Amino acid sequence: MAVTISTMPGIPSAAGQDIGRTLGLPPRPALLSRNAWLALLALSIAVGIGVPVGALVVPETSAFHLSAYAMTLAGKFMCYAIGALALDLVWGYCGVLSLGHALFFALGGYAIGMYLMRSIGNEGVYGSDLPDFMVSLNWQALPWYWEGTQHLGYALLLVVLVPAAVAWIFGFFTFRSRVKGVYLSIITQALTFAAMLLFYRNETGFGGNNGFTDFKRIAGFTITHPGTRTALFLLTFATLVLAFIAARAIVTSKLGRVVTAVRDGETRLMFLGYNPLGYKLFVWTVSAILCGIAGALYVPQVGIINPGEMSPGNSIEMAIWVAVGGRGTLIGPIVGAFAVNGAKSFFTANFPEYWLFFLGLIFVLVPLLLPRGIMGLIGNVFKRSTH
Amino acid sequence: MNLRQYLRAVAVSAALACHGPAAFALDAADIAPLGGDDFDAKLAAIDKLIETRDESSFALLKALSDDNALATDAGQVLIRSDAATRDAATGRPVGQDVADGAQPVTLNNLLRAKVAGALAGLQLASPDAAARGAAIDTLLKNPDPSMKSLIDAARAREADPALKQRLDTLWSMTALHAPDAATRLEAVKLVAARKDPGMYELLRPLTAKSATGAWQEPDPQVRAVAQQGIDTLDGIERRGRIAGTLFAGLSLGSVLLLAALGLAITYGLIGVINMAHGEFLMIGAYATYVVQTLFQRYAPAAFDWYPLVAVPVAFLAAALGGAVIERLVLKHLYGRPLETLLTTFGISLILIQGTRMIFGAQNVQVENPSWMSGGVTVMQSLILPYNRIAILAFSLAVVALAWAMLTRTRLGLFVRAVTQNRRMAACVGVRTARVDAYAFAFGAGIAGLGGCALSQIGNVGPDLGQSYIIDSFMAVVLGGVGQIAGTVIGGFGLGLVSKAIEPFWGAVLAKIAVLVLIVLFIQKRPQGLFALKGRSAEA
Repeated sequence: MAVTISTMPGIPSAAGQDIGRTLGLPPRPALLSRNAWLALLALSIAVGIGVPVGALVVPETSAFHLSAYAMTLAGKFMCYAIGALALDLVWGYCGVLSLGHALFFALGGYAIGMYLMRSIGNEGVYGSDLPDFMVSLNWQALPWYWEGTQHLGYALLLVVLVPAAVAWIFGFFTFRSRVKGVYLSIITQALTFAAMLLFYRNETGFGGNNGFTDFKRIAGFTITHPGTRTALFLLTFATLVLAFIAARAIVTSKLGRVVTAVRDGETRLMFLGYNPLGYKLFVWTVSAILCGIAGALYVPQVGIINPGEMSPGNSIEMAIWVAVGGRGTLIGPIVGAFAVNGAKSFFTANFPEYWLFFLGLIFVLVPLLLPRGIMGLIGNVFKRSTH
Repeated sequence: MNLRQYLRAVAVSAALACHGPAAFALDAADIAPLGGDDFDAKLAAIDKLIETRDESSFALLKALSDDNALATDAGQVLIRSDAATRDAATGRPVGQDVADGAQPVTLNNLLRAKVAGALAGLQLASPDAAARGAAIDTLLKNPDPSMKSLIDAARAREADPALKQRLDTLWSMTALHAPDAATRLEAVKLVAARKDPGMYELLRPLTAKSATGAWQEPDPQVRAVAQQGIDTLDGIERRGRIAGTLFAGLSLGSVLLLAALGLAITYGLIGVINMAHGEFLMIGAYATYVVQTLFQRYAPAAFDWYPLVAVPVAFLAAALGGAVIERLVLKHLYGRPLETLLTTFGISLILIQGTRMIFGAQNVQVENPSWMSGGVTVMQSLILPYNRIAILAFSLAVVALAWAMLTRTRLGLFVRAVTQNRRMAACVGVRTARVDAYAFAFGAGIAGLGGCALSQIGNVGPDLGQSYIIDSFMAVVLGGVGQIAGTVIGGFGLGLVSKAIEPFWGAVLAKIAVLVLIVLFIQKRPQGLFALKGRSAEA
């Protein structure tokens, strides 16, 4: 058998699968099962038709009307869900608990925010071509890093490239020196903390404390118009679905298996001749990009981005969405993001003092009682019923 | 004018009568500009008053400084007192109708300083050595060349050697612009010899060029001495700045050390990064607040001694909290470090919100005991506050306590054994679970001590812990886990580096720079400065 393994890299993939079977490895799962594809299709059609009809066609007096508030809330949750999915990729599949993903989320948000600020044009409070906060700082011209941000395409490029670059550089240095576990978590937290302090400074050129707000239009459309909102909502939904499929593609691929092996036994994997650095960096960077995209979809919908968005607390909250939903599954983080944020909306509206207590309790009780999250719970119920 | 002031005025005038040149009577025309609006003319009038140096001019200066000088529209200057209003030049009382028509004489800040200086200058002639000393001090603070004649006279007759020396200094300040180069040289030497940063502004003009390109000071010898004096002062200032930075760095380091020490112990022992560690600091600080409040209410006389009670109370409160949390929650999560991280974050949220509901969201005020307020003045620009010094000493004492606990007690032996090899320690009969609980409580207690110290230098609020926690994590990462020496070096190193960078880049960029340095540092030493050696190193 040892001989067979040593010839593995040279032989075609079909033969590789045969060897996998002789070794007793489980077969690689399909991207999605037939039923899952159907469910996803049905959901997409339901949302793609239901939401525009509910928001634009049904009159506001009707009980079936989808209010702007509800749509923004759901849109926000979907952005969070994309972020949670991204975090789950690195935590659930690669064993790297990042407490700095809010940074990538906020970087994506700031990138699109720059475009949104520029598209206000001279309709700001001061009537200047510069964004208002620059006028009040008495700046005469745009800083160099604002160049070109009036083009949506360039801003979208930044949404992807900036988080990717930050993640790649940071990841390269930390993964290369094999920092892992809680050490890594702490350093990612320090990273987002330092970035938050940087963005709080007025001189950094991103609006300081207040960040960006008062957006007027996106791609020429009024940003508060119900049609624009519906379009953003559908775009977010589509991104969530695509992100889910992409994440599924990654974790079911051969690369995904190596990544899972990094999580389960990095040292053993290295003894087998793999260098984990490339695998970790790839997943880490993809996760940061996904998070940046989530942030970019979030900002036009909620209409504000400020440095509080990248606070260490926010980053840790993302981790609890994943934990509540069930890490190591891809549905889990989406469910968790909706569940925790739904609870947050409910509490902050009804019992604002008790929200932090409740959140704290989730943090304490979920690892104690539900180590595999809601998905684990559902899995248990299924197992029991089939037996 | 009360009786004492009056007597002093009489004494001064008597002294003037004995020593001073012949006194002129005040000329009403000379002092008339005081009532006008032209401040230059007022200045000239005050100069004239100083020159006159007699009882009536002293009385008028006194009145000017006490806001008791009035002027009529006709230019008559009056002195108001409780008894009567008198004409300043003649000393005769004036009629009520004249007094009612007069306006107070207004002075600007420059003139006020001038009047105060003049009064002090006149005091130089006082027979009372203490009064002369006070007058010299006043003049030293604001040396005024127009006082030169008074100072010259005083210098000539001063007998007391200590006062004479100070008078020399004073004289040198006013003589820097004397017409005679030798006098200027002597003066500039005396000024430079004072090594007082306040003299900088006096020396600098001497080495500067005027707008036309000519030296402001024509004599090269004087210039050279002045330049030497400036160089000396620069050196002093530089040393002061370095000492100040060092002290600020050590002070920040001691705070980080107090915050990080307990963290390092628990992390080394059970591999748990305790995100609620900052909240143990907060518990310690609030315990101090409660003790302080009780002392204020029930034993105000013993208030200065409240830290003696607050320190053990803070330790016990935090240690108890730590023990409860460890028993109830953390012990079920050992072996799952990432989830423990999240759990402790949840605990910190609950503790913060709990504190907010009990004590309110606002910061509470913790007063220093009186012996901790104030500070040691090392140099004029460098004052070391007592509370910072006390905390530095306290943090070293806590390190000694932790070190003694870990190396000199049976529990410490067990803690080290479990840190090195948990299973082997269990095999030889150490009750590891109990050691975990004690060690966690001890680490929390040390954080409580840290909180007690922090309450003396900063705000005490529900968010107290959050502001220190990330920095203390960094200190642990830098120093290596479970190592007291590492944490000490890490804490002080971080404090010193931050404070050394801060003057150049500001606090925020300094923080970022420190983070980048740490990330680069762990490239070289992934396990921190003081890595555990042996089989347990790669767990």
